[in-house]
Amino acid sequence: MTSSLFFNLTTMAYMTSMVVFFAFLATRNKALGVAGSLIAYAGLAVQTAAIGLRWKESYDMGVGHAPLSNLYESVVFFSWTIILIYMFIDLKYKYRIVGAFVVPFALLGMAWAQLGMNSGIEPLVPALQSNWLLYHVITCFLGYAAFAVACGISIMYLLKARHEEATKSEPAGGLMSMFPPTRVLDDLNYRAIMIGFPLLTLGIITGAAWANYAWGTYWSWDPKETWSLIVWFVYAAFLHARFTRGWVGKRAAWLSVIGFAATIFCYLGVNLFLSGLHSYGTTKM
Amino acid sequence: MATNERSFVQLVWDFFCSLKLTIFLLISLALTSIIGTILPQGQLPPEYVAQISSMKLEIYSKLGFFDMYHSWWFITLLYVFSLNLISCSIKRLPHVFKFISEPVLVLSDSMRNSSSQKKEITFTASPDKAKDRLTEFISKEFATPIITEHNGEFHLFSQKSVWSRLGVYVVHLSILVIFIGAIIGSLFGFKGFVTILEGSGITSVQTNNGKQIPLGFELFCDKFNVTFYNTGAPKEFRSTLTVLKNGKPVPSRTKVKVIVNDPLTYNGITFYQSSYGQATESSEYYFTMTPRSGGSSDKFAIHEGEQITLKDGTTFKLLEVTQEVRQFMPEFSGPAARVEVGYKGKAPQTFIVLKNYPEINAQRGDDLIFSYDGSNARMYTGLQFAKDPGVEIVWLGCFLMVAGLIIAFFLSHKRIWIVITKGHARMYGNASKNHAAFGMQFDELAEKLSNLKF
Repeated sequence: MTSSLFFNLTTMAYMTSMVVFFAFLATRNKALGVAGSLIAYAGLAVQTAAIGLRWKESYDMGVGHAPLSNLYESVVFFSWTIILIYMFIDLKYKYRIVGAFVVPFALLGMAWAQLGMNSGIEPLVPALQSNWLLYHVITCFLGYAAFAVACGISIMYLLKARHEEATKSEPAGGLMSMFPPTRVLDDLNYRAIMIGFPLLTLGIITGAAWANYAWGTYWSWDPKETWSLIVWFVYAAFLHARFTRGWVGKRAAWLSVIGFAATIFCYLGVNLFLSGLHSYGTTKM
Repeated sequence: MATNERSFVQLVWDFFCSLKLTIFLLISLALTSIIGTILPQGQLPPEYVAQISSMKLEIYSKLGFFDMYHSWWFITLLYVFSLNLISCSIKRLPHVFKFISEPVLVLSDSMRNSSSQKKEITFTASPDKAKDRLTEFISKEFATPIITEHNGEFHLFSQKSVWSRLGVYVVHLSILVIFIGAIIGSLFGFKGFVTILEGSGITSVQTNNGKQIPLGFELFCDKFNVTFYNTGAPKEFRSTLTVLKNGKPVPSRTKVKVIVNDPLTYNGITFYQSSYGQATESSEYYFTMTPRSGGSSDKFAIHEGEQITLKDGTTFKLLEVTQEVRQFMPEFSGPAARVEVGYKGKAPQTFIVLKNYPEINAQRGDDLIFSYDGSNARMYTGLQFAKDPGVEIVWLGCFLMVAGLIIAFFLSHKRIWIVITKGHARMYGNASKNHAAFGMQFDELAEKLSNLKF
């Protein structure tokens, strides 16, 4: 399986990119920032090839399906979407430093998948044998990834805001001077969520459509469904907070961080902690 | 008194219109929803009831925690949420409609001063000529303007996607549409689960609410099949179903293959492949016993769970049977039986007899060789069924929501004014969102404007 070699290369690329970004933070050498982004993009290219190869390999094995069917494959895809959304924001708004706070999320995913998970290609159980799988997983994970990027930006916002409060008079020097102004970070946070929110909405809708098509109920208050709705509520609150006095700025940034925590719980926590009550996909026909 | 009353009404209105209420409701809905993902919902499993203290059980039941998404307080939260949504929209919509019905054709001095995007040019042509030239310019580069003469000045007003200001309200409306669809579904629809034995049919179903509903047709199960991958994981669950109307098969619904993710719909009711099993009651399983030392073999029939004594005094008990052994023993396939055999004077032993592998059965070194010949047991298919007349409305709501979100987030209302006086023209502009992108567009326009010669 050549795809696993490519996945290892991807992990190394994201690792290198993160280290270079940290060096960029420490030295403020612009070339390092460019290098960090480029290495992350190279990783993205290799990972794209790896996902494509794995897809092909599954067909060679006679169990052909898109590589989105189990935890390993979804974590790998999540990493891919995080870097994809980062690239989009990086190319559009050109704040290199954001990479230092976003690439680690993608690295974490890849490292966990490569080191801690069984990477075997498995055939699809009947519940997952549907084109809806593709639409549902892609929209959900693109949404999750946008929220990951927003979370990274919000952490930067909170660090910067705290620093500015502490050193009100003197112009910020050191590490914090590399961060974009809080106004820009707030705007970037909003833009990332503006990408994520419609995608999450689409993800929930495609999930409901699939459930209705496979089981005859578009909504059954299953823990996974409910948590996706909780995530939706949190980001809906964020979107309204931006127009509400007393909620602009720090509180909105916190909502974005909490929203991503809820996203991760929806993605992983529900299966790890709540599966005793309701298992998803595998036992349901 | 009158003013007090009015101020009270005003207070209530302001309360329902407030965005703070929206944030409070969204966070409350998010937090309370967690309860139902931690506590079991609906029918409580006995193990859960056994481990929880009776006091907790009573408090939780009183608070509706075991059916929380239908509890009075959760429904109330949803109602207040809807009211908040409607009030906010009613309060703000007239303002938005004003943008559409009464565009600001003439730019006042204060708006000119506060405009962040400005560009001024001078020219030698007469104002009338300049007006024609600039109308042509802005029509080509942006949008056709409305021309107003005011205090000796010409105001050219042009705009793009004014209706994008409605995007947010489309999203708000979509939530209400989804609620309406859900309510219609719960009032006029039904859902449930039914099993059909191979070679038999049903003419009515019992819904989850316990109501018996006549189908008006017969749903007949011709066959049920399950197949497995080499790994033992299930590959396909397949029912072959036929719809009979007045005892005659409906041509388009004869021997239809129904699998997971591919249901059957007839007369507005949809049947979904959900589970399966083997009818064990009154089914017979056939075995053959052959002594290793030679001699005549003995064929016999037995029910699941039954124990019989063979003629040489050996006891034979059928513990369980499966149609497909692969899920337990991936290296084998086909039907198999788990049996317990007690030779006279020895402790009983348990082993598996395979139907398709007589040689494997013979490899057991015992005095008697058992083989499994099959059974007359029938499979049954388990189907979920549903009729939901509200589902199309829910999809309409979902479509409106996505469309509304895209309009609200990615389109912006852009306006350009050009004010012409003798000798010079000033261009102003603003956008409802994404000011940075509009700024660039305006700068480009300004560049082109300053290159105009007239």
